[in-house]
Amino acid sequence: MEAVVTNFGMQAAAAEIFLLTAICVILLVDVFLDDSKRWVTYGLTMLTLAGCAFVTVNYAVDGRVIAFDGMFIADPMGDVLKLFTYGTVAVSLLYSREYLQRNGLFRGEFFILALVAMLGVMVMVSAGSLLTVYLGVELLSLSLYAMVAFDRDSGVAAESAMKYFVLGAIASGALLYGFSILYGVAGTLQLDELAVAVREVGAGNLGLIFGLAFVIVGIAFKFGAVPFHMWVPDVYHGAPTPVTMFIGSAPKIASFILAIRVLAEGLDAMVASWQNMLIAISIASMIIGNVVAIAQTNLKRMLAYSTISHVGFILLGILAGTNDGYRASMFYTLTYVIMAVGSFGMILLLSRKGFEGDQLEDFKGLARKSPWFAAVMMMLMFSTAGVPPFVGFWAKIAVLGAVVNVGLSWLAAVAVLLSVVGAFYYLRVIKLMYFDEPTDTYNIEAGGTLRAVLSANGVAVLALGIFPSVLLDLCARVLP
Amino acid sequence: MSTITWPILSVLMWLPIAGGVAMILLGDKGIAAGRWIALITTAVTFGISTLLWTNFDTTTAAMQFVEERTWIPLFNSYYALGVDGFAMPLIVLTAFITPLVVIAGWSVIDKRPAQYYAAFLILEGLMIGVFASLDALLFYVLWEAMLIPMFIIIGIWGGPRRVYATIKFFLYTFLGSVLMLVSLIYMYLQTCDAGQCSYAIADFQRLPLGLNEQLFIFVAFLAAFAVKVPMWPVHTWLPDAHVEAPTGGSVILAAIMLKMGGYGFLRFSLPITPDASDTLDWLVISLSLIGVVYIGFVALVQQDMKKLIAYSSIAHMGFVTLGSFLTFELMRVNSGDTTGAAMGIDGAMVQMISHGLISGAMFFCVGVLYDRVHSREISSYGGVVNTMPIFAAFMVLFGMANSGLPATSGFVGEFLVILASFRADFWYAFLAGLTLILGAAYTLWLVKRVVFGPVANHHVAELTDVNGREFLVLGVLALAVLGLGLWPAPLLDVMRPTVENLVQQITVSKL
Repeated sequence: MEAVVTNFGMQAAAAEIFLLTAICVILLVDVFLDDSKRWVTYGLTMLTLAGCAFVTVNYAVDGRVIAFDGMFIADPMGDVLKLFTYGTVAVSLLYSREYLQRNGLFRGEFFILALVAMLGVMVMVSAGSLLTVYLGVELLSLSLYAMVAFDRDSGVAAESAMKYFVLGAIASGALLYGFSILYGVAGTLQLDELAVAVREVGAGNLGLIFGLAFVIVGIAFKFGAVPFHMWVPDVYHGAPTPVTMFIGSAPKIASFILAIRVLAEGLDAMVASWQNMLIAISIASMIIGNVVAIAQTNLKRMLAYSTISHVGFILLGILAGTNDGYRASMFYTLTYVIMAVGSFGMILLLSRKGFEGDQLEDFKGLARKSPWFAAVMMMLMFSTAGVPPFVGFWAKIAVLGAVVNVGLSWLAAVAVLLSVVGAFYYLRVIKLMYFDEPTDTYNIEAGGTLRAVLSANGVAVLALGIFPSVLLDLCARVLP
Repeated sequence: MSTITWPILSVLMWLPIAGGVAMILLGDKGIAAGRWIALITTAVTFGISTLLWTNFDTTTAAMQFVEERTWIPLFNSYYALGVDGFAMPLIVLTAFITPLVVIAGWSVIDKRPAQYYAAFLILEGLMIGVFASLDALLFYVLWEAMLIPMFIIIGIWGGPRRVYATIKFFLYTFLGSVLMLVSLIYMYLQTCDAGQCSYAIADFQRLPLGLNEQLFIFVAFLAAFAVKVPMWPVHTWLPDAHVEAPTGGSVILAAIMLKMGGYGFLRFSLPITPDASDTLDWLVISLSLIGVVYIGFVALVQQDMKKLIAYSSIAHMGFVTLGSFLTFELMRVNSGDTTGAAMGIDGAMVQMISHGLISGAMFFCVGVLYDRVHSREISSYGGVVNTMPIFAAFMVLFGMANSGLPATSGFVGEFLVILASFRADFWYAFLAGLTLILGAAYTLWLVKRVVFGPVANHHVAELTDVNGREFLVLGVLALAVLGLGLWPAPLLDVMRPTVENLVQQITVSKL
């Protein structure tokens, strides 16, 4: 990739700087608010997201701009991913408001943590050096650990936060260890220089491969790919649903960009090595994710395993090692995020005081109680299963195309066969909603905002499925 | 060329879908009006589809009524519709059957009726789209999307084991088709290598492919289409789905959805992988013959009327695959005998249309009985002729047609295929011919046990004969079955150039 190297500085990182300032302001303002005025924090958070979007659009770049002496990259792909991240965070906060209020979690710290996590994602998106990558990873991870434990009275949440933290720390360690070995061999932390240095040293260098293995461990952990997936079901299950939604959405964009920046940009010469590693991880993720999901009775756990299997698909695009593949992966990640926030939004829709709505049983007879939201969930489930005409299908076809294109047709065949296994548990949700009778008489109590956003989310899944070009072309433009 | 300048195929495809969406929005409260909306939409769709037939140019094998719009530029995929002699009759059949399904469910469906009609209307639009697609990606999207309404139809309005049946149906067909997707992607990438990326089916047909590639693609297609047809041994979803589905669902399944498998063979397998088809034709032929004979015996022992008809469908669809794949054997035996080859394909097509009418009619007959007695067991009936003479007449007629009696449409297709198989190999013809005996045996025995004899029990004694609505449905189908049986020439004329073109295509090796 040709790069325009400038020391353009501040402007390139305008959105990050704005966000950081806003976080400080919100933090201060929040101190002076009592609980009845907490909506101010919420409002300011939303305004901040809008402001970030404005700044990012305003300072959008045409090509690749390298700033802060190579530490920071601004490129069109990054801009799109950041905008998408703001949207995702905004949507998940809109979904979460009622739940947070009901469960006494509607506190300023929640929004601050969410924004800091988002800052972490943005730093990773724009990382130009291994050090910046690591900074972003930690910024994101530490905020997430705290968010999982946010409901301090919940034993399950505390347990899963501990699990997440311990395993996450090990993975961060592995990542950092890998980076240090790469630095030792290549003599640079900057990704574009690393790419050159790897070519000079030779991609077969044992030290580099050794370092690469640790980097892959770190990336696989952040993605939640098998065999580093153990935290995913527990954290998804144990965290409060809004936090699960948060973890299941924006950080996936971060994991994607982590893989792209480090593997595709920094270590592109070693594609042969990481391709094989990723093939194994990807197949294992698709198998474990799809098969184990069948045995779940809790929707959050089921979606956790479903995430694992989708990560397998996202990795398929990356492991192709072509621009085609990266683009497909990006498209897959974005559509996955749209579907994931929607699915968790459905759980929040069903939840009411003292009732989580996260058991599969809770969806029984939903088509009777609320035909429209049953239809929304059906669209989300078919889309996640990769059935046309919903957008999830195009994500599948894009990564499959990339994989077939590099001569791995057998891998594509394995992937589609496993997606058939996966289809079963999505169908089961539809079965519960449509073919079973309701077991209770509660109606949906959720408010207007949640309903409106969720409806829009469902319609988006169908509309993008019929006109996939809207999003596909966007990905193609930023990753030519 | 056709004189129609407006996008007739898009209208055919989207009109029912729009009607279906309207039904959903209207909801169950406005169902009195909703039923009429459903009926009018499907009737108008059928009316428009007849324009397709009357304006069809029978002198060319080229696609007609073509529409083309860019859909996904990145994949070079088009929203491209068009019909030839294979697709057009199947579209007309689809448009013909659906209004009958709407009429048949008129006063019978009282559970969530708006969604019931909506599902059928949307399904109709998708099915028409499948037959009309000229773009493989569009075809695949519609082919899979079609599963969704059918999944819902069986799952909500089906019998006691409906959940098992519908999930089995969905997963079976989904499993079959995903491999097809991989091979479509593969071919798309081959066209890219050749210079012009394209998902157009016509480009796939022209694409040069080596024998190994062809074999893989052929097997992937076989997985998709054999499940759909269905061929022995991947037929097991069909009896379950048929038995559990509501009458309308069974009718659509048997009359139209099964045809998509046959259509797929003619549109994809034969022209895209002629050499692999030539190499593996023995496989398809033997599976078809096993289907015809073995499934015929299985049908004989069924206790459940719907199951019996379901098995008879499998046996009859065996003729479609047999007729399609005899082509290669015929070429080998008679070195370039295109007449025989064309006869086999003609037979396959006629069999598809005729089976669509007859099996649909048979399921309607079972539905009429089921609505009254709520039992599908053959042993629950007997002597129906005494209380329902008009119905009995229809049932006997369709039974005769199902067993391939001359002057009914069932005869024409089977006769053509058997004739073609005689040219290839006596034993093919012998085994295929067994169906005339088996088909007669299981169908007529069914008719005998249900319709004739003394009144079996008080349920039968209390039966009332068909009402006007049912008479209309069965009468229209009876006319169609007799019409096609007595005078199949118009159908054969419509298909002739397309069949000749296909035979031409598959005789030229791609190697």
